[in-house]
Order: sequence, then C-alpha cells, then structure tokens
Amino acid sequence: MAEAGAGSAPDDYPSIDPTSFDVLICGTGLPESVLAAACAAAGKTVLHVDPNPFYGSLYSSLPLPSLSTFLSPDPSTPPSPASTSDDSHAVVGLDRRSIYSEVETSGDPPEPSRRYTVDLVGPRVLYCADEAVDILLRSGGSHHVEFKSVEGGSLLYWEGNLYPVPDSRQAIFKDATLKVTEKNVLFRFFKLVQAHIAAASTAGDVAGEGDASAKIPEEDLDLPFIEYLKKQQLSPKMRAVVLYAIAMANYDQDGIDSCEKLLTTREGIQTIALYSSSIGRFANAEGAFIYPMYGHGELPQAFCRCAAVKGALYVLRMPVAAALMDEEKKNFIGARLASGQDIMCRQLILDPSYKIPTLDVPCDGSDSDLPRKIARGICIISKSVKLDSSNVLVVFPPKSLEEQQVAAIRVLQLSSNLAVCPPGMFMAYLSTPCADGSTGKQCIKKAIDVLFSPQASDGSEGHSETTSESSDDVKPTLIWSCVYVQEITQGTSGSLLSCPVPDENLDYRNILESTKKLFADICPNEEFLPKKSAPVHADDDSDSAE
Amino acid sequence: MHGRPRRPAKPEDEGAAAAKAAKLRDLQGQVLHNHHSRTYTKEALGLSFKLLEINPEAYTAWNYRKLAFQHNLRDLSDPEAIKSAVDDELRVVEVALRQNPKSYGAWYHRKWLLNQKLAPVDFKREFGLLDKLLKVDARNFHGWNYRRFLARFLGVPDEEELKYTMDKISDNFSNYSAWHNRSILLSNLLMQQNKGFESKQKIFSEEFELVIQALFTDPSDQSGWFYHLWLLAQTSTPEKPRLIASWPSNGAKLSSSFVREKVEQNTLSSIWCYSLQERIVPIVLYFDEPVKGLNPSSVKLRSDLVFAKDIHWRPLSVTDSGYSNCWATQLEIANEWNDLHQFSVEVSIPCSDDIVSRSGSHYNCPVHFSFSIELMNCGDTAEDIDLFRDPISWDCSEPFQPHGINNSISFDQLKTSSELVQEDSKWHLERLSDEIELFRELPDENSKFLKLTLARLLCACAAIKSRGRSLAERKGYCEEALALLSDLIHLDPSHKRYYEDERSLVLMDQLTCNMETFMKHCSVQVQPNSAPMNHVQLCRLSLTRIGFAERLLWVQVLDLSHNSLRSVEGLEACQQLVCLNVSNNQISNFTALESLTKIISLKVLDLSFNMIGAHSIDTTRYICSSPFSHKIEACEAFEECQQKDINVEDYWEAILFFKSANLTQLDIKGNAVANKENFRTLVLTLIPSLKWLDGECVH
Repeated sequence: MAEAGAGSAPDDYPSIDPTSFDVLICGTGLPESVLAAACAAAGKTVLHVDPNPFYGSLYSSLPLPSLSTFLSPDPSTPPSPASTSDDSHAVVGLDRRSIYSEVETSGDPPEPSRRYTVDLVGPRVLYCADEAVDILLRSGGSHHVEFKSVEGGSLLYWEGNLYPVPDSRQAIFKDATLKVTEKNVLFRFFKLVQAHIAAASTAGDVAGEGDASAKIPEEDLDLPFIEYLKKQQLSPKMRAVVLYAIAMANYDQDGIDSCEKLLTTREGIQTIALYSSSIGRFANAEGAFIYPMYGHGELPQAFCRCAAVKGALYVLRMPVAAALMDEEKKNFIGARLASGQDIMCRQLILDPSYKIPTLDVPCDGSDSDLPRKIARGICIISKSVKLDSSNVLVVFPPKSLEEQQVAAIRVLQLSSNLAVCPPGMFMAYLSTPCADGSTGKQCIKKAIDVLFSPQASDGSEGHSETTSESSDDVKPTLIWSCVYVQEITQGTSGSLLSCPVPDENLDYRNILESTKKLFADICPNEEFLPKKSAPVHADDDSDSAE
Repeated sequence: MHGRPRRPAKPEDEGAAAAKAAKLRDLQGQVLHNHHSRTYTKEALGLSFKLLEINPEAYTAWNYRKLAFQHNLRDLSDPEAIKSAVDDELRVVEVALRQNPKSYGAWYHRKWLLNQKLAPVDFKREFGLLDKLLKVDARNFHGWNYRRFLARFLGVPDEEELKYTMDKISDNFSNYSAWHNRSILLSNLLMQQNKGFESKQKIFSEEFELVIQALFTDPSDQSGWFYHLWLLAQTSTPEKPRLIASWPSNGAKLSSSFVREKVEQNTLSSIWCYSLQERIVPIVLYFDEPVKGLNPSSVKLRSDLVFAKDIHWRPLSVTDSGYSNCWATQLEIANEWNDLHQFSVEVSIPCSDDIVSRSGSHYNCPVHFSFSIELMNCGDTAEDIDLFRDPISWDCSEPFQPHGINNSISFDQLKTSSELVQEDSKWHLERLSDEIELFRELPDENSKFLKLTLARLLCACAAIKSRGRSLAERKGYCEEALALLSDLIHLDPSHKRYYEDERSLVLMDQLTCNMETFMKHCSVQVQPNSAPMNHVQLCRLSLTRIGFAERLLWVQVLDLSHNSLRSVEGLEACQQLVCLNVSNNQISNFTALESLTKIISLKVLDLSFNMIGAHSIDTTRYICSSPFSHKIEACEAFEECQQKDINVEDYWEAILFFKSANLTQLDIKGNAVANKENFRTLVLTLIPSLKWLDGECVH
C-alpha cells in the first residue's frame, strides 16, 4: 500500500503528487477509514492522512506505554498558522483538542508492558450478525482481521453477586441460579419474541402469509420495553437481564422521572433479534459476540487496506495545519498540510480531534441534554472473573452499585487468546455514560472494587496469590488500572465533515449508521461498499470468525 | 435435521429421479446377477459398492458383500491384508452412511464386521465417526444404538456413558435418545449398585431436579416429559412385590349352604360360596405388581381338609407372559364328611426366591392368613339352592338399595405394612408431593403434558396412600386427577380414549377406596330360592375399563351395565363372580371378553345391547392384550361347529369364547352378531348347560 513518508523525519515531509483529490481525509479512525474505503470503492480519488505514526486515531489500539501520552498529549503542539488570505482562498488554522480528561492511573504497568495492547474504544465487541461484520465481508476487510468469540458469555451483577446471563434455551436450561418458574416465564418471553421476529420476516416476503397472530401487537411495540416486560411477568432480575444484558440499554429504564431515553418494545426486540441471529451465525463462534484479535485498532487498519487496494493514497505522521476556504468563506476547498503543501479537494473530512472552525452552520448537540461524557476504565488483572472462561462480558445494571449510577456499566474481559496481553493475564475494559465525569469515574471505580481485589501492598503478591488462588471464589487481583473521561461529540455535515467519536455503546452500530449518512452526503448516488468491491479471492463467512 | 418442511417436487426433479431409477435398476440387476453366480471379483464388488453408495437400503447388496467378504477372506492370511480388507469394508459403510445416516443395513453391516473380530478395532475412529454423526443429528437413534454397541464392545463404564448423555442434553435437551440412554444407564448402575449409585432415592431426586429444568424451560418439548414419565414410574412402582389382597380374606368363614332365617335377620356370619357345592375351594392372591413363581413350595397351605391332586397355581391374566398380578388355585376337597363340620385353611407366603417381579425383585414380605370352611352334607342343601330355576333379572329401573354387608368382608384384607415399607413410601410420597406442588405453579394453562403428568402424579400419590392405611386421603387426589383428565378429554381429542381409560381407573379407585363410598354400591342380593349373594352395582358411570379388581374379589353379582366399557380385562380376578351384567356398553368383539373365560363360577352373563359383530372387520380386537388368535386349542369346538354347518371362519372368535363358557343364562340381544345366521345354533351347541337364552327357556 502507498504509505509515503513512513520512516522519514517528521519535519522532512514528503511532497504529495497529485495535489488535487476528490476526498481528503485526516485521521484514520474507524468512521474515517470506512469512508475512505467506501469512497475509494465508489471510484473517488482519496488522500488519507493521519498526524499519528500509527493507524486508528481515536479508535486505535496502543501498546500500554504509549497510552498515557495519547490520553494526555503534550500541550506544546505547534501553533496553527495564522489565518491568512491568499489570492484564491482563505486559510483557516485548525486547532486540535483532546477529548480525554481526568486521567487517573494506579499501579505500575506490568513488564513487559509493550506486550499489553489497550483499546481506546473499549469495552466493545461486534455482534456476529451486525452490520460491521457484513461490511467487513462485503469490502474484503475480513481478510485482514481475525476474530475470536466472547466464549464465556455474559454475567449480570445483581444484588451483590454475578449471575450468568441466560440468553438461549440451553442457557436457561443449564442456569442453576434461576428458579424453575423464572425459567418458564423467561423462555416463554423468548419464544414470543422469536415468533414475532419470524412472523415479521415472513410477512415481508409474502404479505399475509406469515403467521400474523404470532406478531406482537402494534400497541405493545410502541410501549416502553420495560412496561412490556412487566406485562409478560418477568421478575425484576429477568427484566434487568433482558434490558441491560441482551437489549443493551444504556440508561436506567426504571426511573419514572428520568427523561433519559426509554427503549421501546420495538427497539428492544430489534436488538434481541440481532442478538439471537448472532448466536450460531458462525460455526466456530460461541455466543453472540466476537472480538478482533490484536485489538480494535485492527478494524480501521483493515478498512484502510481496502481503501489502499482501491487506490487511496496514505500518508502517516502528517497533520493538517489549516483548512482552505473559498473567497466567500462558504465552502472548504482543501487543506494545508503540516508540510506546508496545499491540497485541493471537493470534500474535506476531519477526525473529531480537530476543532471545527466556526462556520455559518452552528454545530452543537443542541438536540438533547443527554450526558455527553463517558467514563472509561482499563484494568490489567491476573485471573478471569469467570472460572474456565477467557473472554467474558459483565453488565452492571443502573443503580445496581449505588444510587448515583444512572446508567449501565459494561465490562469486557479479554484474555491472551486475543493476543492483547501475555498468557495468564487478562485485560478488562469498563465504560458507562455519565452526565459529569467525576460521578462516572466513581461508578467505574466502584465496579472495579466489586470485581477485583486490590494488589497486596507489600509486593509479595507471588506468594499470597498462590495461596489464595486455591479457592475459586477469590476475586482476581487488580494489577494496574487507568480511569478516564471521554467527551462525546457529534459528527457534523457540510463541506467539512467531522466523524463521530467512539460512543457509549457496546457495538459499532450507531457509529456505522452516522458514517453511512456521511457517505450519502459525499456520494449521494453511490451504493455504500457494494459487494463487488470485495477482492475476488475466497470469501466465505467462516473465515471472519476465528 | 428435524422439523424441516418437505419441499414440493419440481418438474425437473422428475427427470432426474427417472434417470436415477434407470441407473439403479441396471446396477441392481448386475449385483443380483453376481450374487446368484457367486462372483466375488473386485469389479463385481465395485458394482455393489456403487449401488450402496446411491442406495444404502439395498439389503441384498449388503448380504452379498458379507458373503463376498467371507469368501475373499479365505485367501488372506497376512494380518495386515485382513486389516485392510476390514478397513475397506468399513469405508463402504461410511460412504453409505453419508448418503443415509439412518440406514439399518449399513449400521448392521458395521456391527457385523466388528463382531467378526478379525482385526483390532480402532475405537478412536469409531467414536470419532459417532461424534461427527451425532453432531449433525443428535437424535439419530441408529447412532445411539451403535454407541451402546461400541460401549459394550469396548467395556466403557456406564458412568462415562452417563456423562456423555449429560453433555448431549446440555447441548440441546430436546433429545429423546439421550434421555432414553440415560434411563437405561441409570437402571443398570442402580441395579449393579455401582459406587455413587447406591441410593436410588438420591439419584432419582437429582434426575427429577434435572428434568424439571427442561420441563419448565420449554414445556412444549416432549422429550423431557417422557423422561419424567420414566422417573415417575420408577418412583411410584413398589420396589418389592407385595400381596395386597386375597380371597378368601383373613378370618373369613365360607359356607356351602346357609340358614334361611339368618339371612332374613341379616345375621349371617359366613359367606356362601358357590363352588363349594362342587367341592372346590378357590383361592385368589392379588399382588401389587406382576409376579411369577407361585407354586406349592412358595405358597404354603395347611389345613385339616384333604385336597386332591397336586396344587396348581395359575396366573389369571390374558397375556401369556407368565407374570400376573393375580394368581389362583382351586382346591378339590377329597374328604368325606357327615354333619356340619368346620375346617380351617392356613395360607402363608414366606420370603421367597421363587416369587419374582418383572424387575427381578424377590418377594420378601412374609404373609400369613387363615380362613375357615363350613361344610354340610351335600344331600341336605341340594333342594335349597337352585340358583337358576328362574332367570335372573337385572332390574335397573328399581332404585338400588344398598345393604349393609356383613363384616365378613373387609376392605383392608391384609395387614402387611411393615416398618420398611412405611419408610420407603415416605420418601416416594414426599418426592411426588414436591412434584405436584411444583407443577401446580407452572403457569402453562393448556399444556396437555402438564395436565397429564399432574394427573399421573396425583394417582401415584393416591396409590402410595393406599399402601399405608389412609385410604380416605386418596379421595382428594382422585378428585383433582378426575378434573384434569376430564379437561384433557376436551383439550386433546385425538387421545380421548386413553384419557377416558385413565379417568375410569381413577373413578373406580375413588368409588371403591373407602368403605363409606363403596357401601353405596354394595348390597346382599337375596333371590327367591337361592343363596344370598354379594352384589355390587357400578352402573352409568361412563367407565371404559375395569380397574382395582383386587377390591372386588369377593363380589358374586356385578352389574356394570350402562357404561362405556370396551373390554372387561381385570375381571378375571373375580373368581367368585356368578352373575355379570355388561349390557349397554361398547364391547365390540368376543376377544374383549376373554377375561370371562377364566372365571369358573360365572353362570349368568348379560351382553345385550353392545356392539359385538357391528363391524365386519374389527381391528379393535388387536388392541386387546392377547387376541384369541394366539391359541389353537379349540379344534374340537371348531369341528363340532362345522358339523352343524356353522361357518368357522366367520365365527372363530365366538366359538373360542363360548366353548369355555359354562353359562346357564345368556343375554345377547341387541348385538349385530345375535341376528346372524346360525348364531343361535352355535351358542346352543357350544353351551350345553344353557337354560335361558335372551329370556327364553332353551332347555
């Protein structure tokens, strides 16, 4: 792939030829990379630059030692060139900002610390049947990534204990913690949903032929999901299972006064449908979720490769210093790179770490007063939270830890079989959306306290561990942790596009949705990553998992 | 593999099918030719392989391959060559199984090969093959059969196979085969008392717990209910056979005659026994499960009477299995006596290795009882008792007058409950009560399995209650079970008959389980010029079958008219029965009446208004336990009929029935068969003792 500039000194920027592209993208986060691949596949000429020496931007996976500098960058960035006016265009300096704050690290990173890879987007997984997987398969990006399943399933924190999430008929059957009557009610609900999904999908094919009586009535679909679950007589614990561990609701669905988003039955069932079609999609994937080996940073890279195959030009270590505007300051027509070279383009796309210069269009997230922050945590632990499982998802429903916990906390534990840490060690990611950073961080810390036990202070952990590990119910020891707050900004549209930041969700569905919208703005008449864009060599479903 | 709809054939399939058929016909012809000419060359074998590859069901081809294999083996001596020949053959089977994993012929061929024991068996490969197969279809019972075969062949411990069934059930609990194998393995392990399997109660408690998880998760899945049924049967059947009733009962006083004044004053202390006139003392023993092995050494008799000939115990059952709940013997009195004389008979059944149940348990509840016999001189009584001078009338229009039955008939005829039994049934009862509580909570209103299982649990509880002393407690169980079964009759009409039968059993249980209710149906019938007889009337109850015959052993007149009986199986235990009324029922053939041929004292039979002969081809007779057709001992009767121009082919069933019926009165009007040609002749020929036929004096 074209990777001009790699290896040369930063101040010794190469000059780029040609100097005019259809699309200029700065930043190699997942949305930018998908856009690059989609634009290249649609026949546009693409220049894709990134100020960093690695791919992924805010979506990358970093070696542990590089994390702290990425989260708290040196403020001494070169000042952006003053806004000047050229003969043909106006130059607007671009400032970068950090979306991370309140970074708090504890413990010494274990050596060799370079063997730990940390995700910036964690905790995050892909549904086997979600669109991200389809896009990977369609674009051929699946040839560059390997997945492994979150085989340990999910655990739910409820009244001080962790319980397996009964997400299938067999899981309900095997669950020893459920009462038999709960099993009956829960599976009856699943059957109802499955019948609805089946009826809804056949009704699409042959109108009227599908068993319409199996469908959930319209008025129930518009009901808040929690009300529907109550109607189906699910116990509070079962409701928590369905809402937060299967339908993946973020915010408290029980709060009467909360103006947060309440999931409707329709939305809830949509996610359950995705969840259940994910189970068993790939013969070698256990459960609904898969995780990319070597970390999430592999995903943007895979799409960059797809774009490069289609002719996109790549330059790393190349910040964009300024945006170029036309005379009337209505449109962006290009960008000045840090090398000083001006590149002309029809469409300029920036990653969200650039402050968008104020144009005529105001771009604040005025549509909601949702908490626009996420508290995230990264932990290194010595043992799995679930016996005999490597990769596990843990869900803390809202208010399960304390009153102030307004949203669900999700924890993803990963093992060395994903090549993100040395054998015997485990990584755990936590996140929760929050209104203000300190409350969010407090919730994350509380969850860490519940799941893990602090490291023995005298440093003789080697011995104390071997004695304590003999009993299975001893919590994993926390070796290192980092808790921080991330801002959420919305992507913008217009002649300068800004892509979305990693959101509070467990999957990429919303991010891909906005990315598709951006693509529709750029190429209104083009299909988004059509199937034919994939390279022709062997491309069966099975190789995307494992 | 399961639950996939068949897709309708497309026109282009037809051509392909025709081409395939032509190819198959050709191949089949060649293989058959080789088979006849005993050609076992490589090419010939190749042809048979080709045939089996397309159609593994070609059984002759498998046989041909067996012969060829044995033939070609003669030339081989090198173990390596033999091994490769075996391997080739195994591969043929594998190819055939790929075409049809449920081919009987292919599986049999494989077993046959391994059983030849020509080469060491590669068990890893065999189990690997099975794993692959059961992954594709976990319910393939051929696979499971083969697995059992391999496990036995290799001597895999049952514990390990049990673990395997658990794995498969964990993968998907809708697996009849896995549950079934589990029941077999557990039975073996419990029987052999393997380590960890000493306590039946512990194991079954755990199994109940396991299957309940499946039942509650998905009550619409049948496989778990079947396993539950097995568990229930294991829990509710007694571990050891026990004697639950006898006739005569302990302390009974039998008499060959009676004193009229005493009858009128209702102060009779002895039971008049019809057969005593013929100097015969019948004894009936009723066990709580089918047993075999009753003989003069396992059942000891002591008496001051002298009995003729060897004592012979015979099973009273319409099947030929040799096992029966009910056993009888007829003692012929060889004494001479002058005046009124009282004799006593003592019966004792010690612990016995001879008496065993179907499950192989030995009898170990020693029982001892005695009764007495009052004998009068024959000459004194002859004129008094002529039971059948006038026809017996069954007057249903008259309201039934229940009479107090003298205390010579007791309901709990035997007191056999030892401490051991009590302790045992306590666990059973607790277990079953827990199950009932649990299933009552299952909020699935319309699950037929749920209702049926609940009804069965209630009946099992009722049965255990009867083993103790608390007969009255059963009533509650019975009532709930009756309601459930009535629901089921409406809910699941395709199994209506089964539910009706079950309902009849519960109803009979309810009516006869305690003195108070039973007395409403009992009386002592005093006919002019005859002895007082114990009379039971169970009319208009919609009964479809007979149950709890052990409580009717003493009945002499039984009125079952206006029910829906389809068979009278069970009545064979009632050896005292003299008069039986089954008019206005739904009996449709003589096979359904076979039980009656075993009752030696039966003299009066009312069969009127049934459906005998209504269907020219009656298939329902094959539902009966043991159709007459199994027996050919009636040659004489057939010949006799033929001489009278009776069509034996049409009437074989009637001939078999009437030739062993020693009736004096028969009513059969209102049946299609009664209007047929020669039927009257047939009856009169075969029953010389008949006096009244359809109310008409014939002798």
